[in-house]
Amino acid sequence: MASNKISIVVVSGSRERLQMAAMMASVGAVSGNDVTVFLSMNALSYFLKDASETAPAEGEVGAMIAEKNVPPFKQLFQQAVELGDAKIYPCSMAMDLLGVEADDLDPYLQEPWGLTKFLSHAADAQVWSF
Amino acid sequence: MAEKMLIDARGSFCPGPLMELIAKLKSGQVGDEFEVLSSDKGSAKDIPEWVDKAGHEIVESRENKGVWHITVRKKR
Repeated sequence: MASNKISIVVVSGSRERLQMAAMMASVGAVSGNDVTVFLSMNALSYFLKDASETAPAEGEVGAMIAEKNVPPFKQLFQQAVELGDAKIYPCSMAMDLLGVEADDLDPYLQEPWGLTKFLSHAADAQVWSF
Repeated sequence: MAEKMLIDARGSFCPGPLMELIAKLKSGQVGDEFEVLSSDKGSAKDIPEWVDKAGHEIVESRENKGVWHITVRKKR
């Protein structure tokens, strides 16, 4: 399979955006792409251990996600890592704001990245933001 | 001896059926067949697309009463 670099920036805490980001990450990763996910702002707190698995919906489709058998976004992110070798990095700035350490985050996340590191990694990648 | 496995992903939405298939494919042997049942139209398009990209083989794809039966052979 042709390998492309895909960088996904997730800043939103809304259900639709987290879901779409997770779909891109998982399908992208299992299709042989080198997928990097950078979690910042309102997205990061969902990746704290014992965090809520559901996020507030923005609209109609988001509300349907909860009612139908749609794979939960956290499961898709985890499958992106386990089945497709995606790398998910928490943003060090958001961690500082939230006052959390790497140990407080889900174990399938990588060590925190700053923006400089993310930008240099994303320089030759497709970049998607949610 | 190649095995045939049934993956019942009816009721699950995209990319659920695809991810279930991939998880099973990874742990299978070359030559094994996997029949995915999916009621999701998007997956019926997306699974063959993935199988082609990933270098596996579609043995059969048919629809019966709103359920797609997609049989995939692991090639590598």
